[in-house]
Amino acid sequence: MNALHLAVADGMTIARRNALKIRRAPDLLGGVVMLPIVFVLLFTFVFGSMISLPGMSYGEYLLPGIFVMTIVSSGQITGYTLTQDLRKGVFDRFRTLPMSPSAVLTGQTVADVIMNLTSIVTMALVGLLVGWRIHSSPVEAALGFLMLLLFAYAFSWVTATVALALRTPEVFNNVATIMSFPMVFLSNAFVDSTRLPGPLRPIAEWNPVSTLVQAARELFGNTSPALPVPDAWPLRHAVPVSLLWSVLLLIVFVPLATRLYRKAAGR
Amino acid sequence: MADAIVAEGLVKKYGGVTALDGMELSVPEGTVLGLLGPNGAGKTTTVRILTTLLEPDAGRATVAGYDVVREAAELRAHIGACGQYAAVDDHLTGAENLEMIGRLYHLGAARSRRRARELLDRFDLTDAADRPAQGYSGGMRRRLDLAGALVADPPVLFLDEPTTGLDPRARIGLWDVVAELVDRGTTVLLTTQYLEEADRLADSIAVVDHGRVIARGTADELKDQVGGDRIQLSLTDTASLESAARTLAPLAVGEMRIDAAALRVTVPVTGGAAALTRALGHLAAERITVNDAGLRRPTLDEVFLSLTGHRPDTKIEESVR
Repeated sequence: MNALHLAVADGMTIARRNALKIRRAPDLLGGVVMLPIVFVLLFTFVFGSMISLPGMSYGEYLLPGIFVMTIVSSGQITGYTLTQDLRKGVFDRFRTLPMSPSAVLTGQTVADVIMNLTSIVTMALVGLLVGWRIHSSPVEAALGFLMLLLFAYAFSWVTATVALALRTPEVFNNVATIMSFPMVFLSNAFVDSTRLPGPLRPIAEWNPVSTLVQAARELFGNTSPALPVPDAWPLRHAVPVSLLWSVLLLIVFVPLATRLYRKAAGR
Repeated sequence: MADAIVAEGLVKKYGGVTALDGMELSVPEGTVLGLLGPNGAGKTTTVRILTTLLEPDAGRATVAGYDVVREAAELRAHIGACGQYAAVDDHLTGAENLEMIGRLYHLGAARSRRRARELLDRFDLTDAADRPAQGYSGGMRRRLDLAGALVADPPVLFLDEPTTGLDPRARIGLWDVVAELVDRGTTVLLTTQYLEEADRLADSIAVVDHGRVIARGTADELKDQVGGDRIQLSLTDTASLESAARTLAPLAVGEMRIDAAALRVTVPVTGGAAALTRALGHLAAERITVNDAGLRRPTLDEVFLSLTGHRPDTKIEESVR
C-alpha cells in the first residue's frame, strides 16, 4: 500500500469513529438534528409572521440563511471534538500508531461533512413542511447543496485551526460563540443588507456568510425581482465567489490546522 | 542478548525547566525495566520520547533497533503504548475501540476484528465488548487501554503508570497480564510510583530523580546499595520507645527511624541475626518490654528515601507537560 492509499484508509477509519461518536453522543446529535429543526420553526414562525418582503414570503428568503447559520454553528462541533480528544490523550495514542498523521484531521472533517449533510437534509425537509420551496432546476438545486457542503467542509478546517490553537474545550466554546454570532447576524442571512445603517452595510456585504447566503438563494430560486441584489461585488457574483471562498479557506487553513495538530499533540 | 531499548544522554527542556538531564537507559530484550521516581522526575517525558511523541533536545535513543527521531514512522509499527490517562474512546464500544486501533496498525478489517475479540476475551471484557466504554469501571478502562497497546502484538511495550488509581484487585490483575507478556518475550518499560509494583514486575529498576538515573540494579542490588539489615521493634509506650532508641543508638550504622504514632523504631544494623540477639540483650538489660521484634531487609521505600532524600510519593514539583 502506498502512502496516499494509507492516508485515505486511515482517514476513513477516523471518519467512521467520529461519525459513531456523533451518533451516540446525545449532546452532539442534538446540535446536528434538533437545533436545526428548532431554528427553522422558530425563525419561520416568529420572524416570518412579523416581517414581510416585497414579492416573496420571508420564510423562503430565510431558509438559505438558516442553512448557513447552521453550518457556522455546527463547525463548533469539529472544534469541540478536537479539544476533547486533545484533553483525553486520544491523540497521544494515535500518534504512537503507524497511521498517517494527516488522517486525524481529514477523518474529523469528513465526518463533519456527513454531519452537515444530515443537518441540511433535516432543515430542507422541515423547511418544505413549513412552506419553503425550490424554484430552480434540479441541477441548480443540487449545485446549491453541494456548494453549502463544500463551504461547511472548508469551515471545519477553520474551526479546527481555532480549536487547536486554543486547546481547551471551554475556551474554544466561548471564543467560537463570540465569533459566530456577529458572523451570522452581520450578514444578509436574516435581513436585507441594503437597509443596514452606515458602516454595518459594507461589513455585511463583504462578509463571506452573506456571499454564501446570496449564492444559496440564487441556486434554490429564493429570490424576487422586487428585491434587487446589492451593488457589492461579492454579492453580484455570489456563486463563483462562494466557491472561491471555500477554496481559499482550504488553502489557508488545511496547512495551518495540520501544523497546529503536530504541535498541539507533540507537547 | 541485544538491547531492545537504548537511551543515551537524553535532554529535554520546557522553557526554563529541565525535564530530562542526561537520561541513560538500556533494556535487554525480553526483560522489564521499572522506571521509578516521584512526579516530575522525568519518567513520562522519557516514555514520550521513546514512543515518538516528543523529540529530545539532545541525546539519542533507539527502540527495537529504530532511531526514535529519524525512524519514528517505521518504529511505530513495533511498539505499543498505554498511558497514564487511559486513552479510550467513550462513545465507542470496547470492540470498536480495539478494531479501530487494529485498522490503524493496518492489520486489515478481518484481522482487526478477530484480534479485538481475542483481546477482549483475554482481558475478561467479553461481556462488555459491545457496550460503549463510557459505562466501564476504572479497572475495565485500564484493561481496554492495555489491550489497545497489544493489538499489533508489539515486541516492545511502554506502560506509563499503568495501575495509578486502580484498586488492589485490578492492580494485581494487570500485573498478571504483564508478567504473562514478559514470559512470552515482550520487552517492557514500566514507569511507576509504586515500589511494590517495581519490586514485583521489574527485572531491573532505574531510580529517576531530576531528569536522570541516580541508581540502577535489581531490587536486591538496590537494597544492598543502601546497606545492611533493619531491626524493627514495636514498643508498648512512648517512654519505652525513647529508652529503646537511646539504648540501641550505639548499634545503629545509619539513621534510626522512630515512628512515635506506631510506637515503632527501625535501626539499620550490620551482622544480621547476631545484631538482633545483641539488641534484644541490651533491651532486656534495661528492662524494656518489647511487643514485637524482627530483622528485615530494607524496603525499596527506604532505598528511595536514602537515594533521593525524599519519599517516592511526595510531589517535588508539578509534573511538567
